[in-house]
Amino acid sequence: MWARNLLFLAVCGIGILWTVGTLSQPASRFVYFSGASPSGKPARSEGLPGTRRHRDQSWQHALAQLDAQFREAWAAAGLTPAPRADDLTIARRLSLALVGTIPSLEEIRALEAWPEDERLPRWVDHLLADRRYAEYWSERLARAYVGSEQGNIVLFRRRRFRLWLADALAKNMPYDELVRHLLADEGVWTGQPAVNFITATINPAGGNEPDPVRLAGRTARAFLGMRIDCLQCHDDKLGTIELGTADDPQGGTQAHFHELAAFFASAQISLVGVRDGQRPYLVKYQGDAQERKVAPRVPFGKEFFEGHGTRRAQLARWVTHPQNRAFARATVNRVWALLFGRPLVEPVDDIPLHGPWPVGLEFLADEFVRSGYDLARLIRLIAASAPMLRDSRADFPITQEHEAAWAVFPLSRLRPEQMAAALVQASWLKTIDGQAHVLQRLAMAGQIDQFVCRYGDLGDDESSDQASTIPQRLLLMNGELVKERTRPQPLVTATSRLAMLSRDPPRQVETAYLAVLTRRPTPTEKAHFVTRLFDVSPRQRGQALEDLYWTLVNSTEFSWNH
Amino acid sequence: MMRSALPSRRDDGIAMCDLKAHLSRRSLLAAAVGLSGIPWLTTLAERLAMAEEARPRRRPRSLIILWMSGGPSQLETFDPHPGSRGAHASTRAIPTAARQVQIADTLPQVAEEMASIALVRSVVSKEGDHERAAYNLKTGFRPDPTLVHPSLGAILCHQLSDDVEIPRHISILPDPFPPRGGYLGGKYDAFQTFDPAQPIPDVRPPVDVRRAARRLDDLLTIVEPAFAQRRRADLTQRTLHTTSIDAARRMMSSEQLKALDVSAAPQSLRAAFGDTPFGRGCLAAVQLIEVGVRCVEVNLTGWDTHANNETLVRERCQILDPAFASLIRELKARDLLDTTLVLWAGEFGRTPRVNPAGGRDHWPHGFTVALAGGGIAGGRVVGETSPEADPQATDKLRFVRDPRNVEDLHATILHLMGVDFRQELRTPIGRPMVLSEGTVIQELLAS
Repeated sequence: MWARNLLFLAVCGIGILWTVGTLSQPASRFVYFSGASPSGKPARSEGLPGTRRHRDQSWQHALAQLDAQFREAWAAAGLTPAPRADDLTIARRLSLALVGTIPSLEEIRALEAWPEDERLPRWVDHLLADRRYAEYWSERLARAYVGSEQGNIVLFRRRRFRLWLADALAKNMPYDELVRHLLADEGVWTGQPAVNFITATINPAGGNEPDPVRLAGRTARAFLGMRIDCLQCHDDKLGTIELGTADDPQGGTQAHFHELAAFFASAQISLVGVRDGQRPYLVKYQGDAQERKVAPRVPFGKEFFEGHGTRRAQLARWVTHPQNRAFARATVNRVWALLFGRPLVEPVDDIPLHGPWPVGLEFLADEFVRSGYDLARLIRLIAASAPMLRDSRADFPITQEHEAAWAVFPLSRLRPEQMAAALVQASWLKTIDGQAHVLQRLAMAGQIDQFVCRYGDLGDDESSDQASTIPQRLLLMNGELVKERTRPQPLVTATSRLAMLSRDPPRQVETAYLAVLTRRPTPTEKAHFVTRLFDVSPRQRGQALEDLYWTLVNSTEFSWNH
Repeated sequence: MMRSALPSRRDDGIAMCDLKAHLSRRSLLAAAVGLSGIPWLTTLAERLAMAEEARPRRRPRSLIILWMSGGPSQLETFDPHPGSRGAHASTRAIPTAARQVQIADTLPQVAEEMASIALVRSVVSKEGDHERAAYNLKTGFRPDPTLVHPSLGAILCHQLSDDVEIPRHISILPDPFPPRGGYLGGKYDAFQTFDPAQPIPDVRPPVDVRRAARRLDDLLTIVEPAFAQRRRADLTQRTLHTTSIDAARRMMSSEQLKALDVSAAPQSLRAAFGDTPFGRGCLAAVQLIEVGVRCVEVNLTGWDTHANNETLVRERCQILDPAFASLIRELKARDLLDTTLVLWAGEFGRTPRVNPAGGRDHWPHGFTVALAGGGIAGGRVVGETSPEADPQATDKLRFVRDPRNVEDLHATILHLMGVDFRQELRTPIGRPMVLSEGTVIQELLAS
């Protein structure tokens, strides 16, 4: 309780300092933007390093080819693509996808000051350089690698693992290298955080050793885009698992699964952390009377398997081998899902080994391998692609087919973390990023955790696409976070800042729309809410603004990606 | 597909007005499914509805789960082995209202109700981690990274229809792993609420009636139409956004919400349950069941006794004992015990030997779960653990007689609820899943 009070006082204190600063230079401060020119003037492109370097000729060429593939597919299916969405709409999508929240008013002002043709590339560069990208994506990827469980606190350090991932993402470590660390590193879970991929599977009820079965299942899903978990107990009965080669496809068998698991059997816990020992892998196959020793063998692609080093190192090299298309496809599909809220192949971790594959997947997989598994380059490519730029509205009737073929941008519900972060961001005006005060970020983290818990964490089920529920609506309509973030708290929330900084209702309405919905109001909306503000005495305007904020955060538009 | 044009019933199972007199259960179910936009459940719902009509016998309506978060020690509660090598010196076994059943002296009031309570003392599972084991107990399946299974309450809400205005699945004082709808959908997640002495979270508008009405009016007549322009015609079915706002408003103004408030209950009754959040939660659970809620979970936390087990468990039991016993008594007094199944369980038990810190560690190899009411044969005991159980032994199951799996508990509960647990549902990606892979524990059934 005491800590909370102190925190509150501290936040108020920051608010006072910040507002005093703001009032002394009211207009230009809105345009201030970290990384751009602090004077508020539009910065020129050379002011932001990277944009050109990251988008060389080969990148441009790849983008053109990718777009051509989609346009051909739309034409062939007789689908008219939606027109291009406006920059702010696209900026909102990219911000939600890359840093897990909506753009701040401060960022919007900066974005709009940039030359039009440079806006989106610079926006993506800005987001990728932001520590929030590394933090947000590390959590998303961690859920694929080790799940959302907190696990065994002695042998598994989820936080350490996630921070290591975040650092790797921040420096854009080649993705194949990152995955080799996960699969093959040895050492202690605190000093060598990648080994937490292994120790996350330790079951205290199962002898306190890493579990080869769970490791095999995770490896197949996260890195090969294959759900072969059911092969653990029986051969494939549904005919949904295809291994072997394209010319000679084979159904999945129990042996395929356990031969993959056998690569992990050598991983053992020792005094120096995870080491590769000599543990044999024993399995009793269905119908067998006795256990048998199973030797490690890859479930397909034996031609690029190289047998030297520890078993896990052998597996790691095979998984990330340039000829292993499954690895590239799995990664592309996951990155696409994070950017669009929906994968190219659903579910995200179940991609047919021998096809057919949807438009874009093979091409992007090729590009990803050719670029040396450059994750940021892949993100830049998808972020600039024709599907990402499509509007989610059109002048023709939009059907399920349009969304399925990416001819219009598909609607998807915001993840709980995105909702919470967006709520907090909408009420601050200034960007809450790595440069924000530590207390402010702490307060935000606490509020987000509480909100996510009540809104319903998706857990491991990352790509779950569900409609909204009653408790979620109640939380948005009456919940603490919304109440606190929309109430005109002196110096803290956007509503009171708006009431103080601008006495001009049209501007207040426009600013509220930008801060919450990342767009300007339509003429009808503007007229309506400006009247609402004029209808009350200037004293009560804070309350009317609070009502406006409530209305906007409770809209479908706010809780969906569009 | 049977599609009904009834506007009265929404997919969340909340009726807007009382039309049930005019409608058979079957058409209601079909309407509920028809409006939900989830075609993969249709035939199932129809089949169920038909089965329902063909079988008019009275069956249990509701489920109360007393969730002991952290993993309660079986040895100081329902499975004492006084005088054994692993027992605390202070542990005593006391006789109960059920002949031949003895439980620990920490639960004297519960002992008086044992004629209504059955014990399974031989539950075994393979999960020794809190989160995974809680998932296992709540869903009847081991965690599967490719699928989230629904918890018991979610299955019941999905399989049976109700007409209450408040959530049919409620978790009071939830632990970090509240019951979820899983592949059945987020709408089956438990509504989470806290100590009934506190206001119910999120149901009071933060502003006065006039402003609240104006806010909603602005939302529904100005902002929502602006967003809907030039979008998919089925936007509202896709998002269910305004539908859930309507349902949320009905809930906010519902008289049934009072069931979550125990302050109006007689002082003597409140005192009987105990002046604790858990005691109040149990009393609220009775009231909620009475107004027609399908499943209530009440959580008592603090059972993770790695150190100082003896004192800590005794303290927990001082809270548990009056609440659990009063719950049984009150359900009986209101003639609800026959139609309400009560499950007492935590994620696992504790090691049969005391560790150097005077604590007990996680033990999924033989622990106790208690059941009462709703078709359970009170006073029975299934299975037995050995007083000689040794945590260091390689084969830990050799100390358990007649071991039962977690899924068997689920099969038994679903069976008593009248749910065909062997039926296969299709998950949203088309994977067939049975509701439970267990077998009914016949010994627990009251004839």
